[in-house]
Amino acid sequence: MKLRAPFRTAVVALIWAWMLLFVFLPNLLVIVASFLVRDDVHFVRPEASLESYARLLDPVYAGVFLDSLGMAVTTTLVCLLIGYPFAYAVSRLPARVKPLLIFLVILPFWTNSLVRTYAMKLLLATNGLTNQALLGLGIVDAPLRMLYTEGAVIAGLVYVLLPFMILPLYAVFEQLREDLLEVSSDLGAERWRTFRYVVLPLTMPGVLAGCLLVLIPAVGMFYVADVLGGARHLLIGNVIKNQFLDARDWPFGAAASILLTLAMALLLYAYYLSARMVRRRSADDALA
Amino acid sequence: MAPTRTDAEAAWRVATPEQTILQLQGISKSFDDKRVVCPLDLDVRHGEFLTLLGPSGCGKTTLLRLIGGFERPDGGTILLAGRDITRLPPNQRPVNTVFQSYALFPHMSVFDNVAYGLRAERRPRAEVESRVREVLNMVQLEELAGRRPDQLSGGQQQRVAIARAVIKKPRLLLLDEPLSALDYKLRKQMQIELKRIQRELGITFLFVTHDQEEALSMSDRVVVMREGHVEQIGTPRDVYENPSNLFVARFVGEINVFDAEVAEVLGDGRLVGQIEGRRITLPARNGGFAVGDALHVLLRPEDLRLLPPEREEGFSGEVVERNYKGMTLESVIRLESGLQLLASEFFDEDDPDFDYRLGERIKVTWVPNWEILLPRETARAV
Repeated sequence: MKLRAPFRTAVVALIWAWMLLFVFLPNLLVIVASFLVRDDVHFVRPEASLESYARLLDPVYAGVFLDSLGMAVTTTLVCLLIGYPFAYAVSRLPARVKPLLIFLVILPFWTNSLVRTYAMKLLLATNGLTNQALLGLGIVDAPLRMLYTEGAVIAGLVYVLLPFMILPLYAVFEQLREDLLEVSSDLGAERWRTFRYVVLPLTMPGVLAGCLLVLIPAVGMFYVADVLGGARHLLIGNVIKNQFLDARDWPFGAAASILLTLAMALLLYAYYLSARMVRRRSADDALA
Repeated sequence: MAPTRTDAEAAWRVATPEQTILQLQGISKSFDDKRVVCPLDLDVRHGEFLTLLGPSGCGKTTLLRLIGGFERPDGGTILLAGRDITRLPPNQRPVNTVFQSYALFPHMSVFDNVAYGLRAERRPRAEVESRVREVLNMVQLEELAGRRPDQLSGGQQQRVAIARAVIKKPRLLLLDEPLSALDYKLRKQMQIELKRIQRELGITFLFVTHDQEEALSMSDRVVVMREGHVEQIGTPRDVYENPSNLFVARFVGEINVFDAEVAEVLGDGRLVGQIEGRRITLPARNGGFAVGDALHVLLRPEDLRLLPPEREEGFSGEVVERNYKGMTLESVIRLESGLQLLASEFFDEDDPDFDYRLGERIKVTWVPNWEILLPRETARAV
């Protein structure tokens, strides 16, 4: 063990250095910047101010926040509706086909998601593949307008984020014991009851984890909204990006970042509470 | 539709122990072209404790799963109280199962686990409450109603699984090796408990085990299975004392096997057998053996007697192993022919002949008339 101690110290130190340099320090800079004032030359002026936060209260930004959240929630629900049955079905397949299907779920990760989003654009464009196919088959007379709609943004987000829903769900379905489903049926429960009282509660941790893994990035994926939504369908991520890169208003961008981070922290806390409740609920039922 | 509870209770009252509750007719099942259950017939009588006994892979668990509805048979019919249930899903069969894994719902309390079956029937809350209390009381778990399965010991989990399975008062309770995960002492205790529950509830028990001792001590009848076939059905005593073939004899308890030929058939039906070069008179059997027939003469270890070497009768041999078993002493004796025998004797410290040393030469004989005679089987792996 003695020989290994220096090595362990080095590894731990490396991780700490990494976290300090690339996580702690940038976040600290963002927090500091959010309390400063905008400067055209140096980006920020060292002058304490709450002005950026005050501007966030503007109804315009509240609207963006809510719209963005709405799109993220829709994305999450669509991912859940697709991912839940898919994960269930895969987990019940024979062991030799399972790895292949999960491999197919992970495969898109090998291509950068920005590239994939552009690919999506080609599919949805007015003279893109989908419209050409529809026209060719005579299903529509004029090309459908699909690109630059809210639907396109949501489709793009779902496409990029679906694996993050499927993987945690697959993990809980894999652990779902077949004998629990059998005993439920044995005790007289029909399919729906088995689902409601056995399958759903036992897969709830995966549902919550998957929803968080989709919801949190969905709020911030600005490039999906840029590429597929044009200028109109803004996510909070776009607001932040625009403030830093286009408007050059770092303090305001930083303040919006902080607000987003706080909202996500709140969601994580809610997840922690609900996960605890899932575990406790049945015990309370018995005492009631 | 499943019969209502009052129908079922009425049926029990008029039923007599001789009535058949479950009938399997030509049931068979294969997995991936491998025959697990060969077409077999089986009748389970009302109120009995019937055990399916066999080595692992003999098809006993599959048979139980076919009756529970978790598997569909390839062919044959399952009749429960005269009604064809072959195609019914598990939730429509008035049969409940205690799983080997217990299969307790990990996210529910003991109370909710036990109440599950009644709630699935949408019983009124008050009835659920009182019946759960009642059945938890029966398995002595009323104190732990609020606990969750992972806060219980193995024995307690076992009781919850039983309580949950009997609360709906099934016509037939299926138990799939329910005691195999418990340690020896707890297993003994649960065996007695299960018998008590069965007596109290009057439910027919169909029990699966690979433990022959468990099967013998608990069952009214035992079904010995091998490779998807039923080898013998009988009372524990039948199966132990009159095994129908070498497999049953060897699987149920220990047995010594002599190869013999019929040298003479006596007038009263008794035989004279040629065993290890000696002529021995064997009891009459309805097997109808003729002179020259090859047969097996089987003896249980407790029927063998060890005598000092100077005695006239018996086979000469040498003690090669002695195992102290508490109540009994087991000796392995090698005969001059090389055949090894197992003898089991009760302690009798006053008997001067009793204590043979390792390597000591002795004579082996047995209590006349206690031999089991079977026709010689060609070498078949057991």
